[in-house]
Amino acid sequence: MSMATDNKVQIEVSNNHTTTENNTTQKRVVYDTKNLNLWYSENHALKDINLEMKENEVTAIIGPSGCGKSTYIKTLNRMVELVPGVSTTGSIAYKGNNILDKAMNVEDLRTRVGMVFQKPNPFPKSIYENVAYGPKIHGIKKKALLDDIVEKSLRGAAIWDEVKDRLNENAYGLSGGQQQRICIARCLAIEPDVILMDEPTSALDPISTLKIEELIKELKQKYTIIIVTHNMQQAARISDRTVFMLNGEVVEFSETDQLFSNPKDKRTEDYITGRFG
Amino acid sequence: MVGREAFQGELQHLEELIIELAKKTKEQLNLAIDALYRADVSQAEQIIQNDKELDQLDMKINEEAIVLIARQQPVATDLRRLVVALRISNDLERMADNAKNVAKSTIHLGEDHGIEVHPSIQEMKLMAVEMIDLAILSYENEDVTLARRLAELDDVVDNMYSTMLRELLEETATNPQKIQHIMQMAFSGRYVERIGDHATNIGEDVMYLVKGESLDLNN
Repeated sequence: MSMATDNKVQIEVSNNHTTTENNTTQKRVVYDTKNLNLWYSENHALKDINLEMKENEVTAIIGPSGCGKSTYIKTLNRMVELVPGVSTTGSIAYKGNNILDKAMNVEDLRTRVGMVFQKPNPFPKSIYENVAYGPKIHGIKKKALLDDIVEKSLRGAAIWDEVKDRLNENAYGLSGGQQQRICIARCLAIEPDVILMDEPTSALDPISTLKIEELIKELKQKYTIIIVTHNMQQAARISDRTVFMLNGEVVEFSETDQLFSNPKDKRTEDYITGRFG
Repeated sequence: MVGREAFQGELQHLEELIIELAKKTKEQLNLAIDALYRADVSQAEQIIQNDKELDQLDMKINEEAIVLIARQQPVATDLRRLVVALRISNDLERMADNAKNVAKSTIHLGEDHGIEVHPSIQEMKLMAVEMIDLAILSYENEDVTLARRLAELDDVVDNMYSTMLRELLEETATNPQKIQHIMQMAFSGRYVERIGDHATNIGEDVMYLVKGESLDLNN
């Protein structure tokens, strides 16, 4: 874990001008997106996005299919670059550093920004190896330290009690909800600052979904969470602030309580009340 | 706007039930004041009987609104509409209770009480009926201007009640043997005045429905 810790120190030092001290009530901006535009070749997928996401908050992104919410979340760890023909303008400052700057080290960024996907995607390895994988590739070799990280991460993902006696079993043998929590544990093992979640419960049953939602509420004490979801009740239940996107634009970004009780924009009202179209 | 036609229909049905409850509440108030002035004990008893029907209608509205909340998981205006339906139904039911209380006073007074019913009660009732009409019109049309007008009318009713109460207190000094009867008269005035407060609450509910903000029109 020393690598991640060192990196954090560097970022905090380089970021003094944009931060607020932790002991004040105002939360620090983790991601500051300014005038972001993104094209998939000719397709203008994100249009003038301006958003501030704050530490230790859950920010939900909602909107109809094709509105750009998944594209946006994938720009936050630059995964979107895996799509051929992508180009961007504008900036996304992560703790003061523009991550769209080609000089930014993507691996370094992804060490601090973990991601959980729609479908649980554990490796075809043991539960232990799934969680220890990240720390190992970051150079941690000591068994005792790895054991400690694995336990801490599995506890953090609220699955330790369910798997502690079968850490050497294949993760594929777990239920979908358990697999997704293993993926969250795998994400926690590299000690990120931010966890991006792209519809993390859409493939899960209601009980597993509620477990993940409870977990998200606990995780925000330590991490900043940005979640894309099609489930509006989920966004209402777990997030502090909600972004509503439509046709590649941010229509409304406000406190979740406000957005779901008294949205300012008629398009938001029509979407969340199911009268969109 | 498209979508959720069935839900829209259920919301419409709920509104119709509320309007029906308002109509019955107004009838109860008219009958109650009429029975008070005519010292008609049997009509007063009928009003008390009728109140059960209004209570059932209020319960029906509550149940339907709660089922819609559970099944439709409403947000934004839909959620406010259902919350407001619950509140308005509750206020109408309380208004009907006040009409029932006037009927109980009529029964306490009996048929041969021999004192004149204070004329202000009739005037207050006319104002209260106008306020119920305005409140429901404001709800049906989602008209916040009418909602604000309710607060003005409520002040008039409050003043009428204060004046009447002062006069009744003076009468207790000159007519102490009738104090029990005068008290019932004062209570009746108070019940009508409370109906004005509940109508004003409906105005607040309409403002919440339309603007999404809670306001206190009673102060």
